[in-house]
Amino acid sequence: MKRTIYSEIDGKSGRFYLLAAVLAALTLSGFVAALYMEHYGHYITGMNNQIVWGLPHVFAIFLIVAASGALNVASIGTVFGKRIYKPLGRFSGLLALALLLGGLTVLVLDLGRPDRLIVAMTTYNFTSIFAWNIYLYVGFIGVVAVYLWMQMERRMNRYARAAGMLAFLWRLVLTTGTGSIFGFLVAREAYDSAIMAPLFIAMSFSFGLAIYVLVLLAACHGSGREIGDAVLRRLGRLLGVFVAVVLYFTAVQHLTNLYAAEHLGVERFILLDGGIFTVLFWGVQVTVGGLLPLLLLFRSPPVNSVVSARGLVIACLAIVAGGFAQVYVIVIGGQAWPLNLFPDREVSSSFYDGVISNYSPSLPELGLGLGGVALTGLIVLFGIRILRFLPTTLADSAIDPNFVSSADKS
Amino acid sequence: MNRKADKPATAMPFDPGRRSFLAGTAATAGVALAPGIFLYSVGASRSAEARALDEAASSEVRWGMLIDVNRCDSGCNDCVSACVTENGLQGHGRPATDPQWIRKIDLRDPNTGREQSLPVMCQHCDEPPCVDVCPTGASFKRADGIVLVNKHTCIGCRYCISACPYKARSFVHETLEDQKSYAPRGKGTVESCTLCVHRIDDDRQPACVEACSDTGGGAMLFGDLNNPDSEIARRVAQYASQQIRADLGLNPAVRYRNL
Amino acid sequence: MRLNRSAMITIAVALALFASLAVVVTAAEKNDRTMSEVPVPAIPQGQGERCVEDTDFMRRNHMTLLMHQRDDTMLQGIRTKQYSLKECVNCHAVQGKDESAVSVSDPKHFCRACHDYAAVKIDCFECHSSRPEIDAASPHDGLIAEMLKE
Repeated sequence: MKRTIYSEIDGKSGRFYLLAAVLAALTLSGFVAALYMEHYGHYITGMNNQIVWGLPHVFAIFLIVAASGALNVASIGTVFGKRIYKPLGRFSGLLALALLLGGLTVLVLDLGRPDRLIVAMTTYNFTSIFAWNIYLYVGFIGVVAVYLWMQMERRMNRYARAAGMLAFLWRLVLTTGTGSIFGFLVAREAYDSAIMAPLFIAMSFSFGLAIYVLVLLAACHGSGREIGDAVLRRLGRLLGVFVAVVLYFTAVQHLTNLYAAEHLGVERFILLDGGIFTVLFWGVQVTVGGLLPLLLLFRSPPVNSVVSARGLVIACLAIVAGGFAQVYVIVIGGQAWPLNLFPDREVSSSFYDGVISNYSPSLPELGLGLGGVALTGLIVLFGIRILRFLPTTLADSAIDPNFVSSADKS
Repeated sequence: MNRKADKPATAMPFDPGRRSFLAGTAATAGVALAPGIFLYSVGASRSAEARALDEAASSEVRWGMLIDVNRCDSGCNDCVSACVTENGLQGHGRPATDPQWIRKIDLRDPNTGREQSLPVMCQHCDEPPCVDVCPTGASFKRADGIVLVNKHTCIGCRYCISACPYKARSFVHETLEDQKSYAPRGKGTVESCTLCVHRIDDDRQPACVEACSDTGGGAMLFGDLNNPDSEIARRVAQYASQQIRADLGLNPAVRYRNL
Repeated sequence: MRLNRSAMITIAVALALFASLAVVVTAAEKNDRTMSEVPVPAIPQGQGERCVEDTDFMRRNHMTLLMHQRDDTMLQGIRTKQYSLKECVNCHAVQGKDESAVSVSDPKHFCRACHDYAAVKIDCFECHSSRPEIDAASPHDGLIAEMLKE
């Protein structure tokens, strides 16, 4: 095994500029969408007084949850001492930062008064998990930045493990905070459960790693860097474990709720007759996002590397789609189910009491959400262009400590 | 700095006649006209000592409401109309995004077929979840128990709307103009029933309560739950009343009779 | 006579300073002469003889007074009139063409007259009414005027 050498990407090809231009255009259109929403007010979106959090929040929460998960690769390398993951650490930190910034931007631009961001940053109510999250998110940026510095500056390498441990603990607390946004809503039958915190942590492990693998493969492919089978197989198996854990927590989440007779209604809604939410749950979240990747990732070892990489990419794409559906079902589905003010009565009013609410996302919301994704891409692209995040090669011979060349085998 | 001494606001002339008139009404109102029938009109349940303009709201007071569901008619919407007029809540013909600070809910017991109707607004909880979740502290409970949104610090995150068990809050979805000077509200912030705090500070009853006793069924009684001599405190002590979702332990200041 | 190098530099700096001073003075004089050509804000007069504080004080501190009052009223229910935004609006309202008070969407509005000039954004009227309430027959009307007469 050789010493890992990192380098910037060239960034001179037409493909690079095309990608940068597309991402920049999407980011820009995201900002335009946000301006449009702020100017006219939220009535032009699909959101209303029943569904107060819409598609932008689905994007934002998905990106933020994935951000903490994307950092895991670095943690496995430095904190848990798996040497094969070490060369992947810098890129993991960069992606985590980019995902968090993308998600936060969407979240902030969807506020009713984004111009008052300074108020949110200066006045805190410490009984609010939202206020804590502001600290956790800003702190995460700082902690990961320091962690990257420790990894990238040779003289600081000896502190990388300590910084990595802090970052790992921080990200666990951060995802707990994100999950608790929902877990602490006592009156919402679909939320109000302590399981939201571990469920979100499991989701972050899975979504974050899937996105990491996709972006890493794209970056290596685009810059002509080799990536070995061994490392892909490892990442794939780890991903399979994470997918299984998400399925487990999802099952526990719904079984717990099913056991409480008062929550039968909302469970029936999500699992049985909730229309789009039921389809998204069983079809996309469970089947596409759970069972399909499990099948792809745990089938018998592939014959050659091309098949292996293709299967891994499909599995990752399926996990991203399933994860997005899962966040959609949690955020929108949970709000669509009406509040129960009078548990034993049938209710009706002019304010949608007792009615399942409708939500149809609007173009500006989609634009804002995609803008956040594009911003994430832009940050990653810019990052690997100007700093040495990517190893020159990820070939097995270069990074696998157990590598035995075929010549030695014979 | 040549600023003159800050004149205490108590020095400002204030019509003493009006205050004492209200105090007088308070003393005489709430009289039983016949057994079981009470007269509770303007200022009926107010304590005799009205607060001066420069005096902060006191935690010795807890404003609350008692709503007799038996007296509330399903077809009557007077409290809602009064609220809309008072606070300038005219919508834009878009029911999903237009605000409703108070709404009438029709109830039906599926087991017995019994039907009832009642108004629901912000329940002004003692332990308000909206206040707990608000990241900036814009959602707050005033000393006298009124739960309000400080729109100067509200960033429009809508977490409080999600947290409220009573669906009492609305988000201002579009640009507003010519708001009522005493009920400021604007795009991008959250709002809800203020218990007509501007009227309370002016020694008057909330608009819905006034309308209910003027033209409605006289189902709503407003007053200080903490003052044992107030009409509302006497009634909740004497008769059974209940809070919506009492199981959540939020101790709302709005109570219902015959629900 | 031979000057050493540092003396020459000192003289050069002094000359340069003097020259720039002269430029500034002439510019200032010129500025003074052309004062009328500089746009100044047309600040509408309020009703009554004077404001609740001296003009100089109000110019510098009206925002602090409003901010203080805003928190007192919002958080504690203190509703004194002296520094209330509503009373500012009532007293300083500018009549438009149709003889009703103009709103902040009109550049003649008393707040905008100055704030446009200073390029300072106001956030008050996103929520607050920028015109006096037409049907606000409040029993407290005219209190400030009375108070100031005392």
